[in-house]
This record gives sequence, C-alpha cells and structure tokens, in this order.
Amino acid sequence: MTPAEYYQRDRTMQPPAHTPNYKTSVARSPRYSLISLQQSASEITGPVFGHNDIDPIDNDLIKNYAKTGDPVGERIIVHGRVLDENARPVPNTLVEIWQANAGGRYRHKKDTYLAPIDPNFGGCGRTLTDENGYYYFRTVKPGAYPWRNWVNSWRPAHIHVSIFGASFSQRLISQIYFEGDPLIPLCPIVHTVPDPAAIDRLVAKLDMNATIPLDTVAYKFDIVLRGRRSTLFENRLEGN
Amino acid sequence: MPQELNYLPETASQTAGPYVHIGLAPGAAGFDIYRRELGWDIAGPNAKGERIRVEGVVIDGMGSPVKDVLIEVWQANADGIYAHPEHPGEVEEGFRGWGRVITDFATGEWGFDTVKPGPVRARREMASEVRPAAQEEQIDAHGRGHQGLREMAPHLNLWIVARGINIGLNTRMYFDDEAEANAKDPVINLIEWERRRQTLIAKRSMRDGTPVYRFEIRLQGEDETVFFDI
Ligand SMILES: [Fe+3]
Repeated sequence: MTPAEYYQRDRTMQPPAHTPNYKTSVARSPRYSLISLQQSASEITGPVFGHNDIDPIDNDLIKNYAKTGDPVGERIIVHGRVLDENARPVPNTLVEIWQANAGGRYRHKKDTYLAPIDPNFGGCGRTLTDENGYYYFRTVKPGAYPWRNWVNSWRPAHIHVSIFGASFSQRLISQIYFEGDPLIPLCPIVHTVPDPAAIDRLVAKLDMNATIPLDTVAYKFDIVLRGRRSTLFENRLEGN
Repeated sequence: MPQELNYLPETASQTAGPYVHIGLAPGAAGFDIYRRELGWDIAGPNAKGERIRVEGVVIDGMGSPVKDVLIEVWQANADGIYAHPEHPGEVEEGFRGWGRVITDFATGEWGFDTVKPGPVRARREMASEVRPAAQEEQIDAHGRGHQGLREMAPHLNLWIVARGINIGLNTRMYFDDEAEANAKDPVINLIEWERRRQTLIAKRSMRDGTPVYRFEIRLQGEDETVFFDI
C-alpha cells in the first residue's frame, strides 16, 4: 500500500495561537506563520500502542485509585467513538483523560484550590479504542473550579482528553464539556475556538440509553481526527 | 443547492492546561497510579547507533522559561526507520521511537536520552513509481517542488503542549554535526529565511563521554522557533 497524506487541518475551526481573552496565550503564542509541510514519513507515522501498555482497570476512574471506598460524586459513563473526517472508525488508538474531582480539585502538587482532595480519586484514565473505534470510561462528574484569568473566572465542568490516532499528524488534545452547563458560554478557554458549531461539538450529550438504571448516568462524546486521502497509484483511486 | 460532501469536521483542540501531568505523566503530578507510565524509554535497550542526550528549555515571549510544558518526541531509529507498520523496514526489539518529556517545575529544563536517528527516506521513495530524477527537484519561488521526494537529514519530530498553548505546536530538531545533510534537507530548505533555519538546529557538546544536544525552543520573539503546519 502506498502511504497517503492526511487532509490539511482546517485552521479556521481550530483555535488560533493568540487569543487575548485567554491571557496565558499572549506570551505563549507564536507570531510568525506556521510553515506548511507536505507530509513525509515523519508525519504519516506515529506511535502504536497495545494492550501490553495498559491495564483493563485503567479506564475505570471510580476504581483505579480507590483506597477505602468509591470516590465522592455523581457517577458517570463517558463513551463514544473515535472517527476520522471520512467517518471511518479509528481502531486501537490510545485515549487518555484527566480531570478534577467532584469538588473541582485536581490531584496535582500545583493545585492548591480550597476544595478537598478525594482520597479515593486519582483523576486519570486511559484506554484503547476497539476495532470499531469505540471507547468508554467510568468516572465521577468533575466539579467546576475557579482560576485566575479575569478576577472571577470559572472553568465549566470538563474532562481533558488526549488522542493519538494513527499518525503524528492526527495527535490531538481537547476537553469534554457537559450539556447544559451555564459556565460554557462564559469560558475564555472554550471561546478560543472561533467557530460556534465547533464549540457545540465539544459538549457531551446526556445519553439515557447508555445510562445504567439506579447506578450511573451516561454522556456520549464522539471525537473526530483528521481524515486521510485515498491512495493514488497509477492514476487509480484506491482505498475508498 | 449543490450536494453535501458529508465529511466530519475535526474536533477542536483545547489547551492541555496546567495539570496535563495528571493524565499523561501522573508521577510528576505527585502520585502513583499506573503499572507503567508511557513514553519514558524512547529507544529501548537494543537500539543500534549513537546514544545521545537531548536537553533544552521552552522560552516564552517575555524571555521566561515555560515550566509546565509537555513535549512528545517521535523519531526514526539509527537506520532511519520509524516503528510503524507503514514504514518499510524493521526496528530493533523494544525500539519505539516515541517519548514523553516534562519540564522541571522549578527551572523549566527538560531532557531525555535516546539514540541519534539516521537519515529518513522520503515518503514517496516508499512508492514504486518514483522516478530517480524527481528526487533532485528543487523548491521554487512559490514553494513548489516535492520535498516529499528527497531524503531528510536526521531529525526529531517534537509536539509541544502547555497551558496557554491552544493547539499543539509541531517542530523539528536537527543536529549541528550534520551540516552537509542539513544543507540538503527538503524541510529546512522550505524555510525562506536563513536565520530562521538556525532555530531548528541543536548544538552538540560532550559531557562525561556522552554527546549532549542543546535545543532551545522560543515561542515568540526575534528568534521564534519555526513551527510547522503538518
Ligand atoms: Fe482543567
């Protein structure tokens, strides 16, 4: 098979580097234009992960750090598929998440927010998508938390998510928000994304069909990575 | 109305934030949770080639070190082969070519041990139809020409995320002792400004018998590092 390039990234939907309402971006944003590369072997390859790298419990944040019992908070499932822009599933790809606990406090030596650490909650998980690109995590719903941007800035409840895809050019980090959260429209980090429809796609939807009755509520969140060109070989299109 | 194309749009990026370590390097956040963290051993014990250390710092627009950055490295082995099913050739048992590096929270310094990669065959040489003459194509004033056709000088691919970085930054690190290969590298030659090319070249020195390459990444300012849209 002839390796083919990925579609160019649609930068009109992605956040620009310099977004003054998110103040930290000001000194950390490159000002020269990015140099566009025709993809080489360096960009169309990327790390491959397998089941030896992780453990089955890694995707269960309710149990993966439990010491004396379950963590405090609203029990949730976050599930969905990793697809590419051609709507094809991305199988066997590593998905990693991290989040604050139900009180909005991170287990991190640099987080000093007054909400308490939960002794039974680590706040991170990881999993591989299955052959259909499907993934799921069990966790507790993270709390909103204040941060220094304006005098009174609060992050909406969110789960950070990291996805590899099949090549270094598909690598992506984003955040999962929750349907109905009134802090979403106020958040300058959310609004680094210039396209309102792209923001809507960062909001997980309540999924009653996936909810476990009397146990755990569910949210659905699909992730889309860059798509890939059909293979051009001897003037014939292959791969579609 | 014309027909719809029905492609899905890529999910929007969001900053990794200040607590990226919890998810990607929990040991650094201050707790132990996984049997094994990922990305701490790039080359493995069996890798051929020269063992090297790479060190540096990421500097912001005020000239201060960025202390909460996370960098991922992607590199070929000493034969120029990536550990990926689509790159023809074999890598050594245990060679992954991928690493995850975080900065010292106090100083912003980062570093990792690996092996020096070899020159990488260009993508289109993997295809059977490549005409040898095409490999000599030069890049013209419009930036045209197929840099994908030519061999690339040894390099590391880097992806940088941090609080305040809205979408991961891609760059490459080249080696200053590869001047001849660098001069012919199709990606370096894509950069019009001679001075900006220098931002991609790490400086070699020796420490206790090990080659150490120093690579400073500047997010802004006169010597802003070249970042790529890949
Ligand atoms: Fe956060």
